[in-house]
Amino acid sequence: MADEIQNPIIRVRDITVQFGATRVLDGLNLDVKRGEILGFVGPSGAGKSVLTRTIIGLVPKVAGSIEVFGVDLDSSNTSQRRNVERRWGVLFQQGALFSSLTVRQNIQFPMREYLRVSQRLMDEITMAKLAMVGLKPEVADRFPSELSGGMIKRVALARALSLDPDLVFLDEPTSGLDPIGAGDFDDLVRTLQRTLGLTVFMVTHDLDSLYTACDRIAVLGNGKIIAAGSIADMQASQHPWLRQYFHGKRARAVVT
Amino acid sequence: MGADTLSSDPKLERIAKGNALALCATGTWTASFAPVLERIVADAEKLAGGPQSIFIDVSEVAKLDTFGAWLIERLRRSLTKGTVEAQIAGLSANYSSLVDEVRRVRATPVIDGSTITITGMLEQIGRAVAGVGGTFAGLIDMLGAVLAAGAHVLIHPRSLRLTSTVHHLEQVCWRAVPIIVLITFLIGCIIAQQGIFHFRRFGADIFVVDMLGVLVLREIGVLLVAIMVAGRSGSAYTAELGSMKMREEIDALRTMGFDPIEVLVLPRMLALVLALPILAFLGAMAALYGGGLVAWLYGGVDPEAFLLRLRDAISIDHFIVGIVKAPVMAAVIGIVACVEGLAVQGSAESLGQHTTASVVKGIFFVIVMDGVFAIFFASIGM
Repeated sequence: MADEIQNPIIRVRDITVQFGATRVLDGLNLDVKRGEILGFVGPSGAGKSVLTRTIIGLVPKVAGSIEVFGVDLDSSNTSQRRNVERRWGVLFQQGALFSSLTVRQNIQFPMREYLRVSQRLMDEITMAKLAMVGLKPEVADRFPSELSGGMIKRVALARALSLDPDLVFLDEPTSGLDPIGAGDFDDLVRTLQRTLGLTVFMVTHDLDSLYTACDRIAVLGNGKIIAAGSIADMQASQHPWLRQYFHGKRARAVVT
Repeated sequence: MGADTLSSDPKLERIAKGNALALCATGTWTASFAPVLERIVADAEKLAGGPQSIFIDVSEVAKLDTFGAWLIERLRRSLTKGTVEAQIAGLSANYSSLVDEVRRVRATPVIDGSTITITGMLEQIGRAVAGVGGTFAGLIDMLGAVLAAGAHVLIHPRSLRLTSTVHHLEQVCWRAVPIIVLITFLIGCIIAQQGIFHFRRFGADIFVVDMLGVLVLREIGVLLVAIMVAGRSGSAYTAELGSMKMREEIDALRTMGFDPIEVLVLPRMLALVLALPILAFLGAMAALYGGGLVAWLYGGVDPEAFLLRLRDAISIDHFIVGIVKAPVMAAVIGIVACVEGLAVQGSAESLGQHTTASVVKGIFFVIVMDGVFAIFFASIGM
């Protein structure tokens, strides 16, 4: 256990991200521990998605270092980086499914590129993944434009999980889902975390998700992590934004 | 990194266990070893058939994921054909929920891709022919809608999107000027050079001016510019409208009570219909200038003689014949581009297909129109 605490799966140190003159992240530090579900909250426009995209390597940073699985992504060579990328899955806010491929082809895309396995095994695993994210097998041959918003999220999760990654990034996975669907999604993330031993980095605005799915919560404000801890720590915090967030009208409805 | 350093090749060994068929799985059963695992499991499946009971021990497995769990499940299923029971032993609590999850998956037969048959091919040809009819219907439909929107704007001039029209005029006309002038200038040079080169053999150098004037003003000027505009602006219109269609922006306009034809299509059409005559005129002038330059430098026809000859060779009719075609061609390009743009479906592939179709059909119709005009002007003696 001590070893796991010493070696976080993601270690972000002093990163600064700037767009023109606006500094979005300002010397931010964050650790994500192996096997936990970290909920990441903050006001709209605070830079939650920017941090996620910076860790994944889609947004360049001005300063700081990022280590994922103990590999420093700046000093790593292509094959090390490829190795890291293969071990994480990303669920984008809008799903980002390939629109000209069917659901089946979308899920099989990473397998086809990285693993040399038979078509039969890929088809069987695809069906297993679809079942895991709660979709019927008939969905497999539809195109993304023929799916509902919730189904797109589920397929995107199935694609993110297609190589059985150790780490998944979820960017607002429950936004745009009905409360029942969102609740199912939280349960799903919990189940998958338990069965596959996933580490989950989840950007969310959904208080229910924070209460039911997350082990730990980190709060972003003014380009820094202003608080990190359990849900009880958050509720006890005296920070004005946190007080409003966790004790507002909507929050009370969740607690009671 | 702990689990990784421990990773080892997966194995499946037969162990002695009385009368039963007992298999012991060891090593890392994960996606990275999937090809190996698939082979191992396929080999083990051949052991099926005996009446013995089956026992799969997985307690030695270092790491298991969906791939490994599924392959164990696949092995279990193929070994338990008939009445034989199979037992999976030694699952840790975490992995047993994964195996349970995988067990719920029904093996669905994979639907084979479409096979090529004669009836299928005939069906495709039939659909393609019917599609041609559909294309014309779509174009006429759009022409009608644009004319209706135009009539509405004539009655209510304030509903014209002036800002949008000016914006598109800048995009398709002003910004196109450098490339259009450059290309038509070069074409003028080439025509003049070729003309002089071949006419010189008959001592008819000076007739290159006649050829250049007639060709550029009647045909090349407008046709070349129309083809370039179809490639440059027609494709842009299709891509713009297509991506707006994909993101439901056009539906949003409709629900707010706006007519997409009036808001999006009409300003684009107007801009194109105004731009093409201007560009065709500039193009013709650039081509004449280029031709004159080559005639002077290469053919020794000095500018004064060139202009004198040009005045004799061409009349205002030639210029009118050329420039009258321009707005019609612009309308054809614009209508084709907008029809294709609004026909885009949800996928990126569809956007690409329709943009290609827009340019190909645009150029095709421009050339067909040019032919129709040629016959028409010949009949009325212009």
